[in-house]
Amino acid sequence: MSAVISSSPIASGLRSSILPPPAKTPGIRGIFFGTLVSSFFTILGIAVILTLLPRVLDWAVFDAVWRVDNGMACREAGACWAFIAAKSRLILFGIYPLEEQWRPQIVITIFLVMALASLPPRLWGRRLVVAWAITFLVVIVLMGGGLFGLSAVPTSAWGGLPVTLLLASLSLVLAFPMSIALAVGRRSNLPIARYLSIGLIEIIRGTPLLSLLFVASILMPLFLPDGWSPDKLMRALVALTIFSAAYLAEVVRGGLQDVSDGQSEAARALGISWFTTMRKIVIPQALRKVIPPLTNTLIVMIKNTSLVFVVGLFDLLSSTRAALADPNWPSPFAEAYLFIGFIYFALCFSTSLYSAWLEKYLGTPFSR
Amino acid sequence: MRSLRTLWYDTRIRAGVLQLVLAGLVVGTIWWLINNTITNLAARGMNVSFAFFSQAARFPISEHVLDYNPSDSFAWAFVIGLINTLLVSAVVIVLSTIAGFLLALARRSRHPLLTGAAKTYIEVIRNTPLVVHLLFWYLLLITALPNTRHAFQPLPHLFLSTRGVFLPAFTIEGQAGWWLLSALFAAALCVLATIIPAYRNRIARHAGPVGPFAVIAAAATLFFGAWLAEGLSLSPDLPELRGLNYRGGIQLTPEFSALILGLVVYKTAFIAEIFRGGLNAVGHGQWEAGRAIGLKDRDTLRLIILPQALRVIVPPMASQYLTAVKNTTVALAVGYPDLSGIVGTVINQSGRALEGFSVMIVIYLVISLSVAGFMNWYNGHVALKGGR
Repeated sequence: MSAVISSSPIASGLRSSILPPPAKTPGIRGIFFGTLVSSFFTILGIAVILTLLPRVLDWAVFDAVWRVDNGMACREAGACWAFIAAKSRLILFGIYPLEEQWRPQIVITIFLVMALASLPPRLWGRRLVVAWAITFLVVIVLMGGGLFGLSAVPTSAWGGLPVTLLLASLSLVLAFPMSIALAVGRRSNLPIARYLSIGLIEIIRGTPLLSLLFVASILMPLFLPDGWSPDKLMRALVALTIFSAAYLAEVVRGGLQDVSDGQSEAARALGISWFTTMRKIVIPQALRKVIPPLTNTLIVMIKNTSLVFVVGLFDLLSSTRAALADPNWPSPFAEAYLFIGFIYFALCFSTSLYSAWLEKYLGTPFSR
Repeated sequence: MRSLRTLWYDTRIRAGVLQLVLAGLVVGTIWWLINNTITNLAARGMNVSFAFFSQAARFPISEHVLDYNPSDSFAWAFVIGLINTLLVSAVVIVLSTIAGFLLALARRSRHPLLTGAAKTYIEVIRNTPLVVHLLFWYLLLITALPNTRHAFQPLPHLFLSTRGVFLPAFTIEGQAGWWLLSALFAAALCVLATIIPAYRNRIARHAGPVGPFAVIAAAATLFFGAWLAEGLSLSPDLPELRGLNYRGGIQLTPEFSALILGLVVYKTAFIAEIFRGGLNAVGHGQWEAGRAIGLKDRDTLRLIILPQALRVIVPPMASQYLTAVKNTTVALAVGYPDLSGIVGTVINQSGRALEGFSVMIVIYLVISLSVAGFMNWYNGHVALKGGR
């Protein structure tokens, strides 16, 4: 080795003082049995796997009941996956009329396609916003019917995954402009605007979402004029929107704080008005910085929609509880909750993977 | 004379006008909502009054720490609910902080089995809703556990069954129970004082390195002194199967156990990530320096890494604790009577939705603001002096 490096004695002396000492890599045996503690965890881990794995496999695969129409076969057996098969429609679509369930199916497909289409940052722009606006219109018309020869389905019959997706996405979309206004207001020099924003944000963030949903479902008819009686879906949507506006506002504020003052000072020096400065210079930069945390808020909202059970809406979780209430089945709750847990996990985990990728992607070309 | 046009371009005047418009809009909206409410209340023949708080509640509460029976007032029912909420929050915060710290260490360890398990756990938990966890654990507790006759006994005198969890307890006998309690409280305060760095330093400065121990020893002396002087006896109260259920000891209902289990399982994952972030924020050189001066890894963590990591950890931890308090409202899903559940029942019983909800929101705000205040104060103590 020294023969390769040393062209002159001085260089070789420098090199040997800079070169790190030979690294002591622990090796496989070192990692698993290097110290007393690591050996303990290795043995413990193997013991846990050896005891749990056969039991879980027996329950989930070998003793499981896969295809029966009658719940009685599920007694005294392993996992009752037949229940999921038999109840999947109720779980996924709630009490939506059976012959019309192609409509929520299309809605879920539209949501998935639109979500996939919004992934590449290249496609972000005015067109995508318009596309999403059209999507929400189409989804609501498809679900509600009453137009184009579709039979009308009241919102009380909507249920399952479409309600979860609709509540999560629509509440975020509606909350977004509000959150920008609140964030700008909180950082404004105008005392009335600032204190109003702070008050609103802190009151909502200090109140549990469940209580907000409660309040919205019971008190909203009292607050509004007599003729307006928003349905349950609307009430839940209002509560979720206000809630996510307060949380998004704090995320957006983080972005605003990150935009250096020089930007708005430069704009003022050029004679650009405050409003245009905000709209064209400060807010776009702030939003770019907070895109990864914004996608995380999407995860939070998907999970939060499961709280609408207090309002009596049939989202994914509530329709699963309804399905479990069938006395013909021995209430295979573990299977049912694993099933919807997996759906929630698939939605949220893919979002978080995307968020991590986005952070890396946006970090490189757009960084200051 | 200034024309109207130049007036409009005066920033101060423009700001004033904008604010007036904004204030007008907000006041107008609030006035509109209040007006609607008044009309609606009048149309239904209702009024707003908090007098019902002193009336008898007339509904049972399944779990209460302090005495409660249905002839007590609505106000007392609120207090019972508040205590339940605070109890669950405190237990969840303490347990999940400990578990989260251990999980973060596991996540950072070099052992592939440990890191793999910790990583999977964190990802699975963080990407599924809390209510799903809670219902899963609740149903598992009330259906999959054996009945009381064949209760599962992982430790002596600890029983797990469909009727809940049964733990041994200690009862204090004698007249000086309050003395004992206050000695206990004093001891707890001393321990707390030695944990909080600023006080630990102050004690150390005045009493030398043995200071904290001396304080704890004094408290212990007080404790045992009270015990001996008053002839107290501390007798274990062990759960025992009598008939179909256990008697004695502490009984944790399935609802309470499931709520604690579900919340701790859920919060642990989030708190672990905060600890991990804090530990990662401390440069690797600090570990190496610790090792270089001959400290064990455990001591390096305790003396060098943690004090620095705390500065990063405290602010997100504060908001995580706040979320924990607010998360306890999911107790509704399993039927544990926390504050929001009791408010729901109160509103059903009395028909006073407006009053009940406003009191509930004020209570949650007070809790949130005081937790935030405490954490800010604590943060001020661990943060670097002189500001950043």
